Amino acid sequence: MLSLTHVSRRFANGVEALADVSLDIAAGDFVALLGPSGCGKSTLLRLIAGLDVPDCGSLAWQDGPPRPGMLGYVFQDATLLPWASAAENVFLPLRLRGLAWSEAGPRVAAALVQVGLDGFADARPHELSGGMRMRVSIARALVTRPRVLLMDEPFAALDEFTRHKLQEDLLSLWRDLGCTILFVTHSLYEAAFLARRIVLMSPRPGRIVHDIASMVPSGAEARLDPSYATLVADITRHLRNAA
Amino acid sequence: MNPGSRLAPLVFFAAMLMAWEALVRVTNVPSYLVPGPWAIGQAFLGAPWVLLGALASTLVVTAVALLVSAVVGVALAVAMAASPWARAVIQPWAVVLQVTPIVAIAPLIIIWVGDPFAALVVCAVIVAFFPIFSNTAIGLGAAPADLLDLFRLNGAGTWDTVRLLRLPAALPYFLAGLRVSGGLSLVGAVVAEFVAGSGGFASGLAYRILEAGYRLQIPRMFAALVLLSLAGLAINTALAGLARVLLARYGNAPEMRAR
Repeated sequence: MLSLTHVSRRFANGVEALADVSLDIAAGDFVALLGPSGCGKSTLLRLIAGLDVPDCGSLAWQDGPPRPGMLGYVFQDATLLPWASAAENVFLPLRLRGLAWSEAGPRVAAALVQVGLDGFADARPHELSGGMRMRVSIARALVTRPRVLLMDEPFAALDEFTRHKLQEDLLSLWRDLGCTILFVTHSLYEAAFLARRIVLMSPRPGRIVHDIASMVPSGAEARLDPSYATLVADITRHLRNAA
Repeated sequence: MNPGSRLAPLVFFAAMLMAWEALVRVTNVPSYLVPGPWAIGQAFLGAPWVLLGALASTLVVTAVALLVSAVVGVALAVAMAASPWARAVIQPWAVVLQVTPIVAIAPLIIIWVGDPFAALVVCAVIVAFFPIFSNTAIGLGAAPADLLDLFRLNGAGTWDTVRLLRLPAALPYFLAGLRVSGGLSLVGAVVAEFVAGSGGFASGLAYRILEAGYRLQIPRMFAALVLLSLAGLAINTALAGLARVLLARYGNAPEMRAR
């Protein structure tokens, strides 16, 4: 559904964030962009979102450039409006598209249910835990029914237990919704557990060094599956060779 | 705060008053040089309505000036946030107004603006508007980059971004500026009254202070000063309370913690 061909991006300060990146993303896939800090994986996500433009190379969507709402974006922090309730935060993307609350209300409620936050509609961000704030953030990305969900290290700031729960819930959401997910992470365990396809990147300049298909069964039990351990070992080996 | 720390400033204040009174009595300084608290209290109670009326007159100027400052300050800050052109045009004038000593231009303003009340308000606004303006401008620019990206991704226009993100994000900054401006508009009102008072049309506290000075009614002059200080404290407390109420729903969100 999306093809990047020979995409490069150099910042004004001379840093070469991405060098000659070519990547095809199939509809419905769950792709992890995995690499250390500074390998350009967030830049790549921003280019795909249209928040930044490449210096050279091209970025082609099969069905033409995405309209607002076709892409959902989840940041590393929950980035909620602190003065607004959970429901108002989820309402925001629809509100910006000119929908009234009377039309959007049921969709907002449904999105909150999807992320397991029914009953928290009126809670303010400061009354919620870090994990719950991230759930609100995911609901806000889902409320426009996006075809592609772009996630930039969304669970990096959470504790291990909360992270595992959110990863499992994200997987079942992905199976239910059938949308495409591009997930930036610097945790190879996270990538191995979540993704169907792992794109390994290396820094300075940011480029793709490996593309691995995952054979790990999808589900909460995957962490105990031998194939998961094998995949982690596999990625670790590739990372060593790349370094 | 425990009761002890609430009480401490009051006890200290009472002790200072007693020490002052004792010093004045022991050294036998005449009250037209340094009046004691007792003499000041008596001067106030001798003709309370004269001073209270003057205070009311000054407070009306202060309140109107603060309101005008808030409207003008926020409007200019929003204009600057919406357009780089407006920023380039407004910024230097705001700074020029801020560094111009009001005492130097008050006589001109009082001559130019025919209506005495309006003249006082204009002077007080010139003194008071800058903190509101500059704080709001900083607040409008302080919206988190990720949230700005989110608005862009959802196709938000400039006005929606200002209304739904930049203005609410600037509220804590605006309220901090408002608190500073509250005190300044009182100062501005009094300074303008001083200038206008010698021109012969005014009824504010500054006029009473000048009058008492000419007549060597020093205890009364002190009483007027005390009223002025109390008014300043009250304005500050009221604006701090307003900020607490308005910011209650912000919680202590890390993105917006600016008081």
